[in-house]
Amino acid sequence: MTEVQTSRKADTLPRLGAMMTQTAAAEAAPGAETADAPIAISARNVSAWYGAKQAVTNISMEIRKNSVTALIGPSGCGKSTYIRCFNRMHEFAPNARVEGTILLEGADIYAHGIDPARVRQRIGMVFQKPNPFPTMSIAENVAAGLRFMGVRSKSEIGDRVESSLKLAALWDEVKDDLKKPGIALSGGQQQRLCIARTIAVEPEVVLMDEPCSALDPVATLKIEDLMRGLAERYTIIIVTHNMQQAARVSDSTAFMLSDEGVTGQLIEYAPTQDLFTNPKDKRTEDYISGRFG
Amino acid sequence: MTTPNQPWALGRTEGLYLRRKAVDRIMTGAMIVAVALAVIPLFLILFYLLKEGIPGLSLSLFTDEPNRPGKPGGGVHNAIVGSAIMVGMALAIGVPVAIGTGIFLSEYGQNRIGGYVRFVIEVMAGIPSITVGLFVYGLIVLRQGHFSAIAGSVSLAILLIPIIARITEEMLLLVPRSLREASYALGASRWRTVLRIVLPTALPGIITGVMLGLSRIAGEAAPLLFTALGNNFYTTDVTAPMDSLPRRIYIYATGPYDYWHEQAWAMSFILVAVILVISLSVRALFGSRVTVRQ
Repeated sequence: MTEVQTSRKADTLPRLGAMMTQTAAAEAAPGAETADAPIAISARNVSAWYGAKQAVTNISMEIRKNSVTALIGPSGCGKSTYIRCFNRMHEFAPNARVEGTILLEGADIYAHGIDPARVRQRIGMVFQKPNPFPTMSIAENVAAGLRFMGVRSKSEIGDRVESSLKLAALWDEVKDDLKKPGIALSGGQQQRLCIARTIAVEPEVVLMDEPCSALDPVATLKIEDLMRGLAERYTIIIVTHNMQQAARVSDSTAFMLSDEGVTGQLIEYAPTQDLFTNPKDKRTEDYISGRFG
Repeated sequence: MTTPNQPWALGRTEGLYLRRKAVDRIMTGAMIVAVALAVIPLFLILFYLLKEGIPGLSLSLFTDEPNRPGKPGGGVHNAIVGSAIMVGMALAIGVPVAIGTGIFLSEYGQNRIGGYVRFVIEVMAGIPSITVGLFVYGLIVLRQGHFSAIAGSVSLAILLIPIIARITEEMLLLVPRSLREASYALGASRWRTVLRIVLPTALPGIITGVMLGLSRIAGEAAPLLFTALGNNFYTTDVTAPMDSLPRRIYIYATGPYDYWHEQAWAMSFILVAVILVISLSVRALFGSRVTVRQ
């Protein structure tokens, strides 16, 4: 693994001041809602690089609690890189670098001395391809995160496995096969298993990086249904290049684009309905009407 | 050129097509010959082992100690036990070191230090086994003042380490990135990810590597010649000289007596059979764990 550098311009902001001016920041940054719902994640001037190559340019966003936020945009517009900054997964890439501030419930996730592992326990992630652990059974897969956290109690783990699988709408399909390997499931089931595994550690935010792009339409529908329900308990951020999906599942949508040599810009961030019916930016309109991308 | 009688003729490109077809056949034939050249000696070895080795097998070969030279009968119990002890100790020393090195190379070794370690491991893999024996002779035997099974095990372990370390590294690198990411995303630390996710996923491959190393060292006579030396008597004292199958095969096969030759064949058969049985049973035990390369 190569060395990871993370530097933050905004680190100079007084921490307390940053927390107190949160509401003000919500107005200043392009916010999706004017409603005063609590903010789960507040990203300020976030930029990300792979070596010398910039992938995300100066994006600020406020993400409301218990909402589904969709990030849309053509391939290579930096959506995945951007959400990977939210759980500090970006830093695994060689020579990766992040600038800006990301606050989870007001606390800087890039603050000095913060263990990325702790951030990832609070901000979970579901990946593009279902990736259950091949050596583990269905139950073990769901319990993996709990074991990492040091939970030992068998009854607690058993309860949490059951409740997570129920939340992920997979329980009825697998309750008699909990000891079977996770990879024996179908693709759609595997992805729901991965969702169950992610929510088993009870994160506050669940990031989903194109969670349906490897799935068939029926499995996709199931996951979309699931997302609506999950939003009651979690804050969900989903990257998708399927605009219909964004329209179906999300409360707010952010449109990202690499334009005029500037990679990974946030073009527009608005309540989903507004963005799709009344886009403010010409480029958003062109994209959602299928003129490019 | 296309006529109703030749609906598949290709017209202008017909000649090219025929040439490609011919080249295809020739290359396929060449590969079959290459495979035969590789496999035939293997089958000949197995055939001779069965033919010459099985007649020499007897219970006393396993239970009795060698007779004095020239007196037919007796067994090689001391060599069988000696080989088992020394190979076992070599595995006990070598496997943890090798797997640790493999983990270091794959998980922490994508830098200059890793490059150096990798280079050293590659050089180690190329050292002739007799040289390893000589090294251990200087390192342990001269200092202790006598030959010992421990010295023999150390030289076998030195041969084992590069084989297993390289395979371990390769197998760990084969574990898909997506699995590591899944683990990190659940809040697992790097070390936990390696231990709980990466290592178990790569385990079948690593075990294959251990088996490969085992078969390599079990048949080594050269590094034992001036480390464990050899012993005509039965001993389990690891600080004393100890006998081994390969060394006894060497002595008997080059000796003057017919019953020695017969016993040498029988020992060769035992050696191959034991390695085969161990490999197959370990693979049956661990190989059933499904690994999916994503």
